[in-house]
Amino acid sequence: MQCFDYPFDSALILKKKRALRRELLACEGLVPKKIAILSGSTVGEIKNILELFLLNAGIRPEFYVGDYALFYEQLMFDADGALRAFAPDVIYIHTSAHNLGNLPLQSDSPAQTEEKFAAECARWQQMWKAAERFGCPVIQNNFELPGVRVMGNLDAVDAHGRVRFVNRMNTMAAEWAAEHPNFYLHDLCWLSASVGVDQWCAPAAWYAYKYALDMQYIPLLCHSVSGIIKSIFGRSKKALVLDLDNTLWGGVIGDDGPEGIELGMETPTGMAYTELQRYIKELSGMGVLLNVCSKNEDSTAREGFRRADSVLKEEDFLCFKANWEPKTHNIAAIAKEINILPDSLVFLDDNPAEREIVRQELPAVTVPELTAAEEYVRILDRGGWFEPTAVSADDRRRSEMYRQNAQRAAAQQSFGDYSEYLRSLEMRCEAGAFDAEHAERITQLINKTNQFNLTTRRYSAAEVETLMRDPGYITLYGRLIDKFGDNGIVTAIIGRKNGTVLDIELWIMSCRTFKRDLEYAMFDRLVEICRCAGIRTICGHYLPTAKNLLVADFYATIGFEKVSEDASGAADFRYEIPETRVLLNQVMDTISL
Amino acid sequence: MNEQQIFDAVQNIFRENFDDDSIALTRETSPDDIEDWDSLEQINLLTAIEKQFSIKFTLDDVRDLSNVGDILDMIAHLRG
Repeated sequence: MQCFDYPFDSALILKKKRALRRELLACEGLVPKKIAILSGSTVGEIKNILELFLLNAGIRPEFYVGDYALFYEQLMFDADGALRAFAPDVIYIHTSAHNLGNLPLQSDSPAQTEEKFAAECARWQQMWKAAERFGCPVIQNNFELPGVRVMGNLDAVDAHGRVRFVNRMNTMAAEWAAEHPNFYLHDLCWLSASVGVDQWCAPAAWYAYKYALDMQYIPLLCHSVSGIIKSIFGRSKKALVLDLDNTLWGGVIGDDGPEGIELGMETPTGMAYTELQRYIKELSGMGVLLNVCSKNEDSTAREGFRRADSVLKEEDFLCFKANWEPKTHNIAAIAKEINILPDSLVFLDDNPAEREIVRQELPAVTVPELTAAEEYVRILDRGGWFEPTAVSADDRRRSEMYRQNAQRAAAQQSFGDYSEYLRSLEMRCEAGAFDAEHAERITQLINKTNQFNLTTRRYSAAEVETLMRDPGYITLYGRLIDKFGDNGIVTAIIGRKNGTVLDIELWIMSCRTFKRDLEYAMFDRLVEICRCAGIRTICGHYLPTAKNLLVADFYATIGFEKVSEDASGAADFRYEIPETRVLLNQVMDTISL
Repeated sequence: MNEQQIFDAVQNIFRENFDDDSIALTRETSPDDIEDWDSLEQINLLTAIEKQFSIKFTLDDVRDLSNVGDILDMIAHLRG
């Protein structure tokens, strides 16, 4: 819903929350998640508005709300066992600088201030450590800067200064987050600074209702927290589709020519577009896939990127669609070509009419409102659509890997026979049990794969770690390498052993390695492992979602027998491991690690 | 804005906030009459009223508001 995209009308969201909730709950395909909110201040409205932002992202939250200001006690002790019984998918600890203790006093000696700081760090760290036992992602904010400073500017410097105290606490929290994979820092310090500390803190709201922020910023806070939750559950966007004229540069290249468009450091407008290009280049470096969709002659459009001062170059783009076709056709074609769903796309276009058509025809695509060129960067940034929880080496290489895919597609055209083509790729599958080295990438893959995903079961980092050590499970990841490059880890299987039966709880594969017979190589390897483990039967399940229709019959195609199917389309399959079997994979080598 | 217009605007805020177009306020309407009107909702209502009339309640202003009449009087007072 447009009203939840930046810049949102906070007053409207607060005012119409019930009507919005009713409308959002009527959407289909919502995924239920259990969110525990523990807090150091009032959360009533924060829960309500967070629910709206999550619903808008396709997540239907069930909340557990801790008792007022008892976040520490409940995480440390959970005396009534309610939190454990709730079994949260995510714990969100909503705190503020009001919850900081051990603050330095002017009467303290320097040594005392240092002891107090250490004690406060230990208190929070103990709690974060204790929270790990719930085995789910934990979101903890850092702290807003104090609204007042007894020591003025010196407050940031002196051992008795609270600005310094908060700054050091925030550094400590960031270091903790960097070292603990299931711990996510919510940057409240930045968020409050973005509106201004004086605006953020409303003394009356604190004294009267114990809200740690001005009510009007609750939507901003919830948008920010929901960004982390969306990212954890793989709902961040993956690709940008960009218009060119008056979007990536000023002017119309077809009329003004490549020399006439505004770009570079010569004019104020040119600088604004250059800044946007820089920002987009960095997004690409983080793994966001860039594409062009512009009404232009192809050759004319490309001229713009050949200017020396164009930060973006032709090779930064995967799909380059400059033609006179309707943009909706081009955008749909881009999604198809890079093999991602339209709901993973963000479309940037200065033309309100084009935006409106795309919103109407391709409602899954995110289409931010653009205003003036100097605001584009901020609009793209604040949307938070590409929020990562971690950026892996594979992410940074993603554009490269997709480009290799394009080369593969080109190579394919020179072969008459598809399997001949596959053999020509000189593929190698490296398959191994989950291990610590690859856990982060595997977790990421589990949580963002939607199409080739038989059960769409999500696992937290902690759960993956537990599985890795559990002898009751067989886990297998696969990396695919070919003559064009390394695709990285792109597939994973989790099976639970039950006597001589293996129950496949999860089987996923990244869309960038569809149609490479990698699933065959993985299954061959799985059967081999099962044989060694004394397993005779493999059970598979298909649980339909809006996105995984592709694999509805997958098990049947690799020799499973369908044993049941219900009205929703959910089905169970069974495979009896034969004495001898012909390998399904005939096109690649498999290396067992 | 006259008294009636203020009343209508406040009624509209109640209707939107509780997503219920059938709400008909009187000066005597209190939290006892609207099921969801609890202390948390009161904050939301007051925040929406502040926004609507470009006023700011102080801590003292909001302490003794017990029904719609009190709220209307306070708005009138702050608007001078």
